[in-house]
Amino acid sequence: MSSRSLSASSFIKSLIYSIIFSFSIVFPTFSKEKEEGEKFNPAEMIVHHIGDAYDWHLVTIGGHHYSIPLPIILYSSDRGIEVFSSGKLQAHGEHESGEYNGYKLDDHGHLSSTEGRKFYDFSITKNAASMMLGGLIICIIFLSVASGFKKNSGKAPRGLQSFMEPLILYIRDDVAVPNIGEKKADKFLPYLLTLFFFIWINNLLGLIPTGANASGNIAFTFVLALLTAIIVNFSGNRHYWGHIFWTPGVPLWLRPIMLPVELIGIFTKPFALMIRLFANMTAGHIVILSLFSFIFIFESFLVGIPAGAFVIAMTFMELFVGLLQAYIFTILAALFIGIAVEEHHEEGHAHAEKH
Amino acid sequence: MLLTILLEITGSMSALGAGIGAGLAVIGAGLGIGSIGGRAMESMARQPEMAGRIQTGMLIVAAFVEGAALFAIAVCFLVGQG
Repeated sequence: MSSRSLSASSFIKSLIYSIIFSFSIVFPTFSKEKEEGEKFNPAEMIVHHIGDAYDWHLVTIGGHHYSIPLPIILYSSDRGIEVFSSGKLQAHGEHESGEYNGYKLDDHGHLSSTEGRKFYDFSITKNAASMMLGGLIICIIFLSVASGFKKNSGKAPRGLQSFMEPLILYIRDDVAVPNIGEKKADKFLPYLLTLFFFIWINNLLGLIPTGANASGNIAFTFVLALLTAIIVNFSGNRHYWGHIFWTPGVPLWLRPIMLPVELIGIFTKPFALMIRLFANMTAGHIVILSLFSFIFIFESFLVGIPAGAFVIAMTFMELFVGLLQAYIFTILAALFIGIAVEEHHEEGHAHAEKH
Repeated sequence: MLLTILLEITGSMSALGAGIGAGLAVIGAGLGIGSIGGRAMESMARQPEMAGRIQTGMLIVAAFVEGAALFAIAVCFLVGQG
């Protein structure tokens, strides 16, 4: 053993001991109360960040919240359509009671009628506004790509078109055509492309600071899964429904048992699509926010700097997961559509179905 | 007696169940994704020219396994609420 390695290992040992010792000093700050008398509540902060809201909260400086009030659109049978800004429901300034026109917001951000009336809520909430922003960005990007394609037809693509075209061609050549087949892929390609880029842009918008967690909203993923289910089942041909009600390639006594299994399978496949996207996005946000909460719980640099490094690493991971989940949703949608429009094969052909 | 201690710490039966459920789900995900990764490494070492395609397939299947585990996490979250 040379003297150099001896000093290196003892240096590392002393480093580790000093880190452990400093953590033991940090621990007594755990129960320290904040000056305002309010202890930091990580669960509340996390739920506030991943949930929906009637205003778009930007920053909180010195206890004052800066947020963009969004329009609240309500319909009730006796009063018709009502549109007002969510700023009118906040309990400060001239609106002391936090109540407007018989509606008020409770602590969880739910809108309720003080007179117990029934109303339908069509408000532009933070998630809806973020989805519209995502749609606008997609329109701008792809309209410019389309006009560039027309202008440069026959020549090499330039600018934004050269970045988007390989992605679009990848979805066509490696996602749509292998699963749906060359003849019918073009019919479903607009839907698959929209699915991929819409989910991806919403995942990305959710990751920027002050972004809205749109793809972590179960209603968002529910609608996308519902649209996929409708497209799959309405474009199913005779062979698709024949496979469901009378599964070929299995023994005759097994087929009556396969019938309820396949019928339930019509619903579980889109359901899994919905849950997969929702849970991946929400779980990712919760992990990042929990790591941030460590800084506020311990209130020391020794915890803060590693926590910050972890947050950076987790954010890169979440960027990748956002792209991957958009790709998985698209490829599974293509797979289900392909199963539905598949032409007839000979009996005995090996049948592999994803559930 | 262990149950009483655990109830004391967590405060309610549903929170205890949610925590245990989430932990078990993550064990399943860890085993599954670790197995996928290990076999992918093996096959990439056997046939280096297929490494790109194997890696793509590995990531896709890992996302499916993770989806199953996150399904359990979502259920545990709901159970822990009410």
